[in-house]
Amino acid sequence: MLRAKPKSLAGIGGLLLLLGILPYFLKYHHQDFLIFLIINVLVVVSYRLVTLTGEWSLIHAVMMGVGAYASAILTKSFDLSFWLALPLAGVVAGASAALLSYPLFRMTQFYFLIGSFAAGEAIRLCWIHFIYPFGGTSGISGIPPPELAGIDFLDPISYHYLVMAIVSICLITLYRIEKSHIGLILHAVHWKAPLAESVGVNTWRYRSLAFIIGSFFVGIAGTLKVHYLGTVTPNQFGIGFMVFILIWVIVGGYGKFYGAILGVVILSILDESFRRFDEIRPAIYGAILIASIMFLPSGLESIPTKFRARFFASKPAA
Amino acid sequence: MALLDVKDVTKQFGGLTALSNVSFKINEGEIRGLIGPNGAGKSTMFKNIAGFYTPTMGDILFKGESIIGKKPSEVARRGVVRTFQETTLFQEFTVYQNVLVGCHLKAQTDIFSALLGLDKEKQRDAHTKTMEVLDFMGLTNRKDQLGSELPLGSQRALAIAIALVSDPVLLCMDEPFAGMNSEETNHMMNLTRKVRESGVTIVLVEHDMKAVMGLCEYITVLNFGTLLSEGTPDEIRHDPRVIEAYLGQGAH
Repeated sequence: MLRAKPKSLAGIGGLLLLLGILPYFLKYHHQDFLIFLIINVLVVVSYRLVTLTGEWSLIHAVMMGVGAYASAILTKSFDLSFWLALPLAGVVAGASAALLSYPLFRMTQFYFLIGSFAAGEAIRLCWIHFIYPFGGTSGISGIPPPELAGIDFLDPISYHYLVMAIVSICLITLYRIEKSHIGLILHAVHWKAPLAESVGVNTWRYRSLAFIIGSFFVGIAGTLKVHYLGTVTPNQFGIGFMVFILIWVIVGGYGKFYGAILGVVILSILDESFRRFDEIRPAIYGAILIASIMFLPSGLESIPTKFRARFFASKPAA
Repeated sequence: MALLDVKDVTKQFGGLTALSNVSFKINEGEIRGLIGPNGAGKSTMFKNIAGFYTPTMGDILFKGESIIGKKPSEVARRGVVRTFQETTLFQEFTVYQNVLVGCHLKAQTDIFSALLGLDKEKQRDAHTKTMEVLDFMGLTNRKDQLGSELPLGSQRALAIAIALVSDPVLLCMDEPFAGMNSEETNHMMNLTRKVRESGVTIVLVEHDMKAVMGLCEYITVLNFGTLLSEGTPDEIRHDPRVIEAYLGQGAH
């Protein structure tokens, strides 16, 4: 039941191949764009796991920052290797989420949304306020790139492959979690928490579990981002970025695993291609957003279903 | 020793007393009716037993141990499982997935086992158990349908299947016959008897007198939050206090 069909496996293989050769045909700033896009794919997919229980948080961007800061400090101040700092940064983000679960999951729905925003801002203010060790508003710079067998990870192409590999592993892991018994229970907690509770599901524990796993993986994404940029600042992970995450997930759709990925990929590419219209770019972005919510309320992921319904509806069932 | 021992339970909501010093006992293997006019406190009693409410005063012992103040999931772990009024199931899941959620206590796993496939045996057991219960409740041929697509009778059967698969010792059923026609009611009565024969003790909150009188050997009657009467269906049927509570004074 959980095995992928050969057809979708071939599709994924083709996609990976395309991603693998793409950087060689791109200009420098497009190579950058692609790296950040792949990282953002991990951001939205990890956010999706948090939302599976029906609780939408506004702290995901900040958890990305928690991972980023953790690995910046570990590699710079403690001279830890990137390869150790990467999982540790995820653990720090996950552990922070575990602690925050105690106050945050006493709330649900709208109150949880606002509570998570407040908690996130509190963390961001700590980064600004405590110059040591967080560096204040200017953050931490001079974060070392990864080192491995003489490969130059300042080169966008090698960093591209690094990001591709790590994000792929993370996506497979997230997919397997969603398809496991844990994923089923996360959905159950969303649809009918009292019923789940009545057959022995500790709903609090599963809400916090989703939050912890999601934060772990977005912490990894944050690490990948700042080791490429070399700098981490509090403003990278503000509410502005959080709103983008929400838009990507909502426009892409959150019913299926690939919905959020579609959202981030298509919107980012559109946004990038309107770069030369500079001033009216936000207006175009906004118009696309409104149009997609009006005409595709279930997100971009519903296009294939609609397409099929339209063109194959009259076909008799085999 | 009684399986469930409700001792002087009082439940207040602000100034309103929903239950006042109610005591009764349920023995293992029983099928007990809990009845009373609207607002008698049946559902409140029920929620106290299943951990959704904590009594203001009094105690509830299950197998001799107090279960008050425990979360519903903790109470369920000890073997007290409830079903819900109306049709409460996972509309968005298939019938099979619905029952699989009920297997949670057996199938629960940690992330690492789930990722490395170390929980395979557990999940296989859960699958076997799910298929057994689907068969028991006569739902096997509907297992791939969505919960929302089922007719009312099957939805109720599914709700019981979800509870049953979690291996309850005491199953609390909240108005399982509400809104059913007589054919569906008969079918559900047979299913309930079958569940009881499989060794589960049952408490039934119900308005449908025909079903209650037909199923239960012993009935507890609540009225205005107090215990009004207890006895066999025959005794209850002829108890003037019960008749008065239901039909008003002067009716007999």
